[in-house]
Amino acid sequence: MKRLLYATAAVGLAIAAPMDRAEAFCGFYVAKADTKLFNKASKVVVARKGDRTVITMASDYEGAASEFAMVVPVPTVITKGQINITENALVDHLDAYTAPRLVEYFDPDPCNIPRPMAMAPGATAARSADAAAREDRRRSLGVKIEAEYTVGEYDILILSAKESGGLETWLRENDYKPPQGAGPVLASYIKQGMKFFVAKVNLKEKDRLGTKYLRPISVAFESPKFMLPIRLGTVNANGPQDMIMFFLTEKGRVETTNYRTLKLPSDMDVPIFTRNEFGAFYKAMFETQVKKDGMKAVYLEYAWNMAWCDPCAADPLPNDKLVELGAFWLLDGPGAPSGPGVMPRRMRPPGGPANVFVTRLHVRYDAVNFPEDLMFQETADSSNFQGRYVLRHPFTGPATCSAGEAYKRNLQTRFQKEAATLANLTGWDIAMIREKMAKAGQPMSAPPIPGGDDDAWYKKMWPGRSSP
Amino acid sequence: MFGASSRLQSRSLPTSAGPGSRCLLATVRTLDPRYLQIASLGILLTFGLGWLGFDQSLINVSVILATILATQLVLGWIMQPGRAFDPLSALISGLSLCLLLRAGSLWVLALGAILAIGSKFFLRVDGKHVFNPTNFAIAVLLLFTDLAWISPSQWGSQTWAAFLFACLATMVLSRARRGDVALAFLGTYVAVLFLRALWLGDPWAIPMKQMQSGALLLFAFFMISDPKTTPDRRGHRILYGVLVACLGAWIQLGLYNPNGLMYALFFLSPLVVLMDRAAPVASTDRYAWSRPSI
Repeated sequence: MKRLLYATAAVGLAIAAPMDRAEAFCGFYVAKADTKLFNKASKVVVARKGDRTVITMASDYEGAASEFAMVVPVPTVITKGQINITENALVDHLDAYTAPRLVEYFDPDPCNIPRPMAMAPGATAARSADAAAREDRRRSLGVKIEAEYTVGEYDILILSAKESGGLETWLRENDYKPPQGAGPVLASYIKQGMKFFVAKVNLKEKDRLGTKYLRPISVAFESPKFMLPIRLGTVNANGPQDMIMFFLTEKGRVETTNYRTLKLPSDMDVPIFTRNEFGAFYKAMFETQVKKDGMKAVYLEYAWNMAWCDPCAADPLPNDKLVELGAFWLLDGPGAPSGPGVMPRRMRPPGGPANVFVTRLHVRYDAVNFPEDLMFQETADSSNFQGRYVLRHPFTGPATCSAGEAYKRNLQTRFQKEAATLANLTGWDIAMIREKMAKAGQPMSAPPIPGGDDDAWYKKMWPGRSSP
Repeated sequence: MFGASSRLQSRSLPTSAGPGSRCLLATVRTLDPRYLQIASLGILLTFGLGWLGFDQSLINVSVILATILATQLVLGWIMQPGRAFDPLSALISGLSLCLLLRAGSLWVLALGAILAIGSKFFLRVDGKHVFNPTNFAIAVLLLFTDLAWISPSQWGSQTWAAFLFACLATMVLSRARRGDVALAFLGTYVAVLFLRALWLGDPWAIPMKQMQSGALLLFAFFMISDPKTTPDRRGHRILYGVLVACLGAWIQLGLYNPNGLMYALFFLSPLVVLMDRAAPVASTDRYAWSRPSI
């Protein structure tokens, strides 16, 4: 089976290959860890200042390298110097740094089943056709190869086309089988003057370089279009997809201008047993929010100056890594890219913040709710935001004084509130939550009946009196 | 017994309610339309802050409103001594700024409020102020600084129908006689969206989504239709609405700038002066808040 990766625009990646199930969540976040939430989602890093944009597309493609292919609409022709192959570790580091706090691993999304792409059996034979004949065919289809490069382990073509039918046919005949129904979307991009960045793996180069996994591709260009095309990826897609976007900017937070950008609920007290189910918790909470907002919003998961963090899910990225990911403006600034660039963790930099602000956006999208490509703007908002969930361990020693008794009584209210918060955030059954809380050392007396006697105003006057 | 009583009630209800409701409607229509606009904007702001999670705090709102009223008071006292303090227009500008303008610092919001009222007092030609105060403040801050932004998508598209209803109701009830420019603008803008989709071969879902925007309606019914900064003649107003829509769409869709409509209105506002000079109307025919239905 041929596996294809369709990347949309400068980026929305639509994973077009069935992926292996990810390993289950296996622990609570401790200081240094590889944080992978929704780890089968597309990941894109966008660094931008003015019209200068660097987009890094990371793929967690795990199939055979020979079967990998991607097609990305880009605003301009890209020269060889504008392409760089970087390391997965960089994107993973950024992912870990911006991940919701205290989480190490996350369950894969069972609803986010990647779209299988069957390859026509005859396609391989088509490749053996004579080169000259192929050239004629390409011309007759109105497809122009603007440039052709081998960079790292990838063979890359920059295509332009006169009309979508020819492009679609050419892609199909050259093993880039586009999804059924891609024609109108390709036509729209062609009319908007977009080019197509097309990549396959060069197996010889891959063997020579000895790279085990496919590495992320960075593309640098200048364009007023601050966007991520997601439309190609939604054509014929099998259900909604997730994309996590990391923006590196000089000033402040990035938001979408044609869809609502909402902050995910954060800074909430949740029951202690959540520690062991943090991955499932975060996933359920995300799903509940998506459902509540009708799958019409993009969610802010992190916004912070790259110089520090509190608490840190991973160390901030040093300047040289940020430059590698496209923060080119650091080359002109006082922070030398070769230097450490960041302050010790949990500390504010004494000389003012670093010149990189990171925004992490998470979107679950499909063609119905997200018919249009994602458009963005950088705002002047440099305030901090992070997904942070708080576990509060109660005091378990003897409490013999009156304040201690009051504390114990208040604990019940607190536990009830934590249970309600968790149920509200995740949609989980509150009875099950209470049961798990009891097992985890947060027992509750009988749940209060809403509007019932337990909460009555007169109980507060005579707390010592028991009901008959 | 029961039947007789029912009949009596059913007969008496229309005769007692009819004149009452007509009276209420008449009262609303003769009222200064700014009261209705303030009520509408206030409701929208409450909804945005309370339910839609607007990125605007109550402190920000207080700073904008306090600054704008204080600026109106001070400049009115200096520039138009002897005239009574009229907070209504300033309040409309202030509420519009609260709905639209976002900034990282409080002083930028205060500056926006000062720019808005300042433009009203200092940028005047032929007895009219040239720019819509809110538009002027936002456009200047967006064009010349990197301190502020607007969030055109903050309304989402789910509340669009209710929003449209509220805007139309306000327009009809206030009889501000500037519905023509709002409708000309909206009609043209929506037509451009659909024609573009037709040309690109895009699904209708795309222009539908672009059209279902609270920011677009707010712009149409509360900014471009400001009676004080639109041409005096109806033909000119319609032309003006069409031009703003075309320029705005081009900046937004052609230059990929999400603030296209704000810039289009800002750049085309001086055209109103030229239009009014080309075919002047008698000063008694000019728009006055006290004579909304003339």
